[in-house]
Amino acid sequence: MRRVDRRTFLKTSAGAGGALVLGLVLPGCESDSEAAGSPVPLQRDSGADALAPNAFLRVEADGRVLVMIPSAEMGQGVFTSLAMLVAEELGADWSQVRAEHAPAHAAYANPTRKRQATGGSASVRGFFMPMRKAGAVARELLVSAAATRLQVPAAECRAEKGFVTHPPSGRRITFGALAGDAARLPVPTRVALKEPAEMRLLGRGAPRLDTPSKVDGSAVFGQDVHLPGLLIASVERSPRFGERVGQVDARAAIAIPGVHHVLPLEHGVAVVADGFEAAQAGRARLRIQWQASTNPAPDEAAAWQRLRAALDRSVPMRDDGDAAGALAQAAERLDAQYEVPFQAHACMEPPSCTAYVRADRCDLWVPTQVPEQARWLAATLTGLPEAHVHVHTPFLGGGFGRRLEDDFVAEAVTIARQVRAPVKLLWTREDDLRHDFYRPASVHRLSAGLTDSGAPIAWRHRVASPSIVARRFPEAVRDGRDKSAVEGAATLPYAIPNVHVGYALVDLGVPVGFWRSVAFSQNVFAVESFIDEVALAAGRDPYTFRHELLAARPRLQQVLDLAASRGDWGTPLPPGHGRGIAAAESFRSFVAQVAEVAVQDGRLRVLRVVCAIDCGFIVNPDTVVAQMEGSVAWALTATLKGAVTLQDGGIAQSNLHDFPLLAMDEMPDVEVHRVQSAETPGGVGEPGVPPLAPAITNAIAAATGRRVRRLPIGPGDLA
Amino acid sequence: MLLKRRRTRGVSYLSMLFWPAVDSKEGAPMVDLLVNGRRHTLDVRAEAKLLWVLREQLQLTGAKYGCGIAVCGACTVLVDGAPVRACVTEVGSVAGRSIRTVEGLGGDHPVQRAWISEEVPQCGFCQSGQVLATVALLEQNPRPGERQINAALRGHLCRCGTYSRIRRAVHRAMRLMRETPRAARG
Repeated sequence: MRRVDRRTFLKTSAGAGGALVLGLVLPGCESDSEAAGSPVPLQRDSGADALAPNAFLRVEADGRVLVMIPSAEMGQGVFTSLAMLVAEELGADWSQVRAEHAPAHAAYANPTRKRQATGGSASVRGFFMPMRKAGAVARELLVSAAATRLQVPAAECRAEKGFVTHPPSGRRITFGALAGDAARLPVPTRVALKEPAEMRLLGRGAPRLDTPSKVDGSAVFGQDVHLPGLLIASVERSPRFGERVGQVDARAAIAIPGVHHVLPLEHGVAVVADGFEAAQAGRARLRIQWQASTNPAPDEAAAWQRLRAALDRSVPMRDDGDAAGALAQAAERLDAQYEVPFQAHACMEPPSCTAYVRADRCDLWVPTQVPEQARWLAATLTGLPEAHVHVHTPFLGGGFGRRLEDDFVAEAVTIARQVRAPVKLLWTREDDLRHDFYRPASVHRLSAGLTDSGAPIAWRHRVASPSIVARRFPEAVRDGRDKSAVEGAATLPYAIPNVHVGYALVDLGVPVGFWRSVAFSQNVFAVESFIDEVALAAGRDPYTFRHELLAARPRLQQVLDLAASRGDWGTPLPPGHGRGIAAAESFRSFVAQVAEVAVQDGRLRVLRVVCAIDCGFIVNPDTVVAQMEGSVAWALTATLKGAVTLQDGGIAQSNLHDFPLLAMDEMPDVEVHRVQSAETPGGVGEPGVPPLAPAITNAIAAATGRRVRRLPIGPGDLA
Repeated sequence: MLLKRRRTRGVSYLSMLFWPAVDSKEGAPMVDLLVNGRRHTLDVRAEAKLLWVLREQLQLTGAKYGCGIAVCGACTVLVDGAPVRACVTEVGSVAGRSIRTVEGLGGDHPVQRAWISEEVPQCGFCQSGQVLATVALLEQNPRPGERQINAALRGHLCRCGTYSRIRRAVHRAMRLMRETPRAARG
């Protein structure tokens, strides 16, 4: 066992909540009607019969263990993986473990992000140590309580499967029976964490805690929140970006039976009604004059022209050696341009937010990736102190970055302030697709130089795209330099002596946002396509060419090798079939994929994707597999199915019939191979996305000789 | 057909335009719904969509709103054993017929057990529809081939990409249903 100083734990887990959080003891579960609705920190109650030694967990008198999950469960399995971290160190019986979303509070900030936000594939990375230490603190208290009761040395006792056992005497006591005593003990100054060999859950896996409720219909998503007297709101917004509400004729809308209120907002008009259908009927009868945007979005062709034209004024983001000089002297030079479109998130659950604003408090029930931000926003809009805003997080019907935005929270609070009832704002699918924060479109111009022996000596990659960071955190972008926009490009892993990466920020008047794997999703497509083209131009095998250039990047090289060997790289295929390979590091993990495709009569089938991942120490192996499978489906949708295109100042698509998603019979066989590793955990939710598109297009090139440089793949690209 | 009607830009809820300007509920007959074996007599318009009646009147929220145009399948319920898209189904058209929602499966149905064993759900939002479509498929055809499985499920979208596990769970459910007497099912 490794000794850990409790002081580290205090700092890490308590954050701005300070010492109040650690050492807090909740009242027993039978008498905690007060505590149930309170935000942390809670007051100490020495008469407790439940143990809650910190903000992350509570051991009930009946032995159940409740783990407070600081991240948002949006499908990535974080209820389970974070609860496993606590349960492992605690020695809990998994069947007694439950998970709940933590409230909005600084105590729950992800240490890697310094705020309570679920994104960047950072939940396990950020909470790996704090959640384990939380479990270990509770375990030490339970062991001390048992040792006192049994009158034996604590060192002779062990916590396992919900009991503290004393092996020399064969006696044991349940956690529940010890919780009350343990709650009265001082929090230990030092706790020990288990070594991997001692672990029963971590690395082995545990059944997901949220599966049964998601299969029997009882899981509550944002859309399902119900309160007495609840009203339903729906907002009519301009089909064009950036327009404001002008004149409104609401007479026909308010005449609809069931419509209670019509409320003009800044960018839309809300209809508040008894139910969803009445609200929609009201919306359909609104007459709204829109005030034109000062920065209207261009149409599709003009947008691409502006992106292409901007490449010439890119600013340097990485310079190794002299790429321009080396290109001029190269024996052979290659140039290619890649284009990647806007994409929508299209979470299965469209945005929603339920808000209840009263004189002295505001409650939000909102599926959000940023509960603390939602709390701050609601406090700002209502004028209430943040401590009077209570954020309750139901399950998220997908997130993928869309719910890092708070636009729907602002709407719901603004509406609820004007209504003396709880209001559930429901977005339609049309609202969702037309008012998303889209993955930016981007244009990539790449050049490479080869020596006469086929060795790459120069690489130049210029990216032009709208900047997400410039919209969200404008102060973080100076002189048009957005580091986040070139992730996956500036981080080119291959050993090439002269490298230039440039970025041109283009504001197209289209709202852009974080979309699963963010800029990696576009930049890695360009990089991994072009390195394939360079390998083929050098007369080399695309896998061995990469392998040699990754000598200094052993973890990436290892997954590349693993994917190649498990993907049967180099073995014969039928005519019309091809294999493609791609690899990338993102979010502290390393993923390589080999895709096998068949192209026949101009029709593409993706048959098989072999995925190798090194994400360091693995907490829940099946979740890693599930996230790789899901990443393949996500990336394949963007590669094959569709895109968001601009039209009349807005977007052309309106629902899932013209923004199609991958269907079950289009899902390839996905095999996932995990590298056993003791390294610090890396991310899992996003790193499976970036290599997929280039693995597919590289496979198409292998099958047909045709190079696809623009996504999504169209029928004309294949025949 | 439905899609064509809705292809216009802007707000295109054409059916909503026919929403009565005066309250037509007065004097209108009540709608009888038989849901999960229970009869409900409801004061709703016959044109109201089944999805919103289930969700808002009966608080049965297992069926989800995902697209409103019968494309995604998240709103699927069974009517006389057949899967229907509740988001476009008028309650008047299913009055008196046997409606089953995910809540009516009881949680221990072989299809649900198979879903749990295979750890199918991620976000879970589409899964009620996936489960019910599978129940309908296997009740009608206990041994479907891949082609029939695809036909039954290709219209049920999952943005998390749980398709491989859904397929495995369908096969597991086939085995479980053969082993489970019909009377013991939810």
